[in-house]
Amino acid sequence: MIAELGHFAIVLALAVSIVQGTLPLVGAQRDIEALSAIARPAAVMQFLLLVFAFVALTIAFTGSDFSVLNVWQNSHTQKPLLYKISGVWGNHEGSLLLWVVILAAFGFGVATMGNNLPPSLRTRVIAIQGLIGVGFLLLLVFLSNPFERVFPVPAQGNGLNPLLQDPGLAFHPPFLYLGYVGFSIAFSFAVAALIEGKVDAAWARWVRPWTLAAWTALTIGIAMGSWWAYYELGWGGWWFWDPVENASFMPWLLGTALLHSAIVVEKRDALKTWTVLLAILTFSFSLLGTFIVRSGVLNSVHAFATDPARGVYILAFLVVAIGGSLALYAWRAPTLKTGGVFAPMSREGSLVLNNLLLIAATATVFIGTMYPLFLDAITGEKVTVGPPFFNATFVPLMVPLVVVMAIGPMMPWKRADLAGTLARMKVAAIVTVAVALLTLYLSGFEPILAVLGMALGTWLLAGAAIDIGERTRIFGISFGDTLKRGRNLPRSAWGGAIAHAGLGVAILGITGSLSWEIERLQIMRPGDRIGIAGYEVEFEGVAPVPGPNYDAVRGTFRVYRDDELVEVMTPETRRFTQPSMVTTEAAIRPRNFGDLYAVVGESNGDGGFATRIYHKPMINWLWVGSVMMALGGLVSLTDRRLRVGAPRRRTAETKPALRPQQQAT
Amino acid sequence: MRLRYLLPAIAFVVVAVGLGVGLTLKPREIPSALIGKPVPEFSLPAVEGRTGGLTTADLKTGSPVLVNVFASWCGPCRVEHPLFMELARTTDVTIYGLNQRDAPADAARWLETFGDPYDKTGADLDGRASIDWGVYGVPETFVVDGAGCIQYKHISVLTREVLEEEIMPRLQGQKHVPCEK
Repeated sequence: MIAELGHFAIVLALAVSIVQGTLPLVGAQRDIEALSAIARPAAVMQFLLLVFAFVALTIAFTGSDFSVLNVWQNSHTQKPLLYKISGVWGNHEGSLLLWVVILAAFGFGVATMGNNLPPSLRTRVIAIQGLIGVGFLLLLVFLSNPFERVFPVPAQGNGLNPLLQDPGLAFHPPFLYLGYVGFSIAFSFAVAALIEGKVDAAWARWVRPWTLAAWTALTIGIAMGSWWAYYELGWGGWWFWDPVENASFMPWLLGTALLHSAIVVEKRDALKTWTVLLAILTFSFSLLGTFIVRSGVLNSVHAFATDPARGVYILAFLVVAIGGSLALYAWRAPTLKTGGVFAPMSREGSLVLNNLLLIAATATVFIGTMYPLFLDAITGEKVTVGPPFFNATFVPLMVPLVVVMAIGPMMPWKRADLAGTLARMKVAAIVTVAVALLTLYLSGFEPILAVLGMALGTWLLAGAAIDIGERTRIFGISFGDTLKRGRNLPRSAWGGAIAHAGLGVAILGITGSLSWEIERLQIMRPGDRIGIAGYEVEFEGVAPVPGPNYDAVRGTFRVYRDDELVEVMTPETRRFTQPSMVTTEAAIRPRNFGDLYAVVGESNGDGGFATRIYHKPMINWLWVGSVMMALGGLVSLTDRRLRVGAPRRRTAETKPALRPQQQAT
Repeated sequence: MRLRYLLPAIAFVVVAVGLGVGLTLKPREIPSALIGKPVPEFSLPAVEGRTGGLTTADLKTGSPVLVNVFASWCGPCRVEHPLFMELARTTDVTIYGLNQRDAPADAARWLETFGDPYDKTGADLDGRASIDWGVYGVPETFVVDGAGCIQYKHISVLTREVLEEEIMPRLQGQKHVPCEK
């Protein structure tokens, strides 16, 4: 019964989204208040219906109702509750339902929190959001019904892929979708602005918090996926340039560009058409990612079970949504008034350079991901593009980006004096050179990339520190006054500095772990000892351990430092029966700036076991850096001007004398 | 309407056409152009630390063999690996490993750690032999009959279903495709 109700709810949601996506658009265009007024209640209704459907599916999963095809295919009675719940989105149909729920949630957010938006813009944004909903709900209702019944009812389910039964991965998709789908709001705002023919500072101020929220969620989502790969796949890698990873990375890169160009629109009323285009492109790449994952055009571990009809449908939807919005852009963008001018050497100039580099980086990833497909389509020739391609193309683009990133926030708007700005970076330059020389010395004049990476990370960190230090005049005034200045500093300045510093920390982590990783692979018998990075690791042996829905073999390693026991590590090999699969659970112990990472493998049939022990210096910095980036997004999101919202009416000439205390609270 | 505003739309049309054609290709189902053809001429050294190597002659010994294309940098390979280990333990199927574009030390380590199900390995360092084999992505798995004629090709992770329904029957000589010379 609950499944039928859920099914009914998604059908109703489709009907509501059609209303939401059409009538209010007409209302806003013809100025018919009665039609425009439908937008907000429709968005609320759609959200409630989809939440109901999602709850219905979750109940079917937690109750192991195998009469529902989707539950039968993806769940099992012995699965722990957490994975019964995460099983809801661990498959194509359920994840699509989650997708539309989040889409509707963003529409709901604009409908309920958008009181400070001009009514016509709000109506149009909600309507566009409704149209995107139509596209996905058609796919859900007609080609991917998660509530399909199966008869006769099977006694037991097929289970969820064991690799996915992991706490890190359980919440990876929801964050990822919050990011992907969050960019839909920027898209809707862009399309609505094109229809209205108006993009101004206020528009940018409304777009920015949504983009920022989406970007933050996507950052967390990608970092979670990467972290999962690190500890679950068992060989300590964390990024593989897999097509599906790239599909999430491209919207992230573009979203980052969008965040920065929206600042220019807001502060300087420039780069308007460019920002609109970026907003469209960012969500387009989210849609493209959906297509890559769900159509089966590219091979990937992540791919869902594919169905040709879905691929054709999603492609058709892409053509309508992306093609339509880009056609609208071609038609309307020339009419948008261009804004303020600026010298190439200025804050705006550095942000333009940031955008260009990020676009180029996205293009690189795009080409690397799609090239095999396109080459096959054109010539029938089949190739593979592996990590070497990306390392050779993507990394060089990041170098100038990071160099500029540290300087950019210190440049004044409109026109900057490069010499003066660089003079303020003097300390950063000195620290950077010192770290580079130290690296060179410590690593025995070997890896140049390590020196470069350490220098870049330091440069970025130092730049962020100097930026905040100067703004709070840390060396100029008393400590108490500095604290006060720090409190009064806009949260967006803090957020930016934290996020930039986070990337710096992440770069240091990546560099450190890639350059100085130590790996020991050997057959060990109980009692054997090996030395690694100043530790002595003793293998105690293995013992069988039963799990809730698997049988594990657990190895025990005792780690000594100076003959003192410091850690006991217990990696496992888990053998699942439903479905049949073996997974590795690496044992990871973060120790002073580096992880000890141990894996126990196959027995050699002679009392010995294949074991791998790594020392990965600074890898934790990568996770800390990712968290800092997300934190920077969150802090920036609490900025007063975003929280308060733009003033309802702006006079034609914004008076510069708008002091903080005069802003509405 | 100025042209530069139209450029994104034009670029998208090109991409969309590419995607549309791509959709018709369905990588998992592409029948290899080489099915029913003799295996390409090749001769590869063994993966570091192993003896032998893999040459065309190894595929013409009279009994059917399985050829698995793998690499240590390939995530999905890790997923299908236990199935090959099981196959090596429980059956007498001959399995050859074609190691594609791998650093020799990495490949050796990978096999030591996860186990080595292969009767022989060939290290295709520059990927040239793989291209001759029509390898699209890693992993891929081929069935070759005793006369060195390619019978079947599976792209992506080998699953138990594919193994039981497609590969085992062909190893037993069923669904035989006559060889074109």
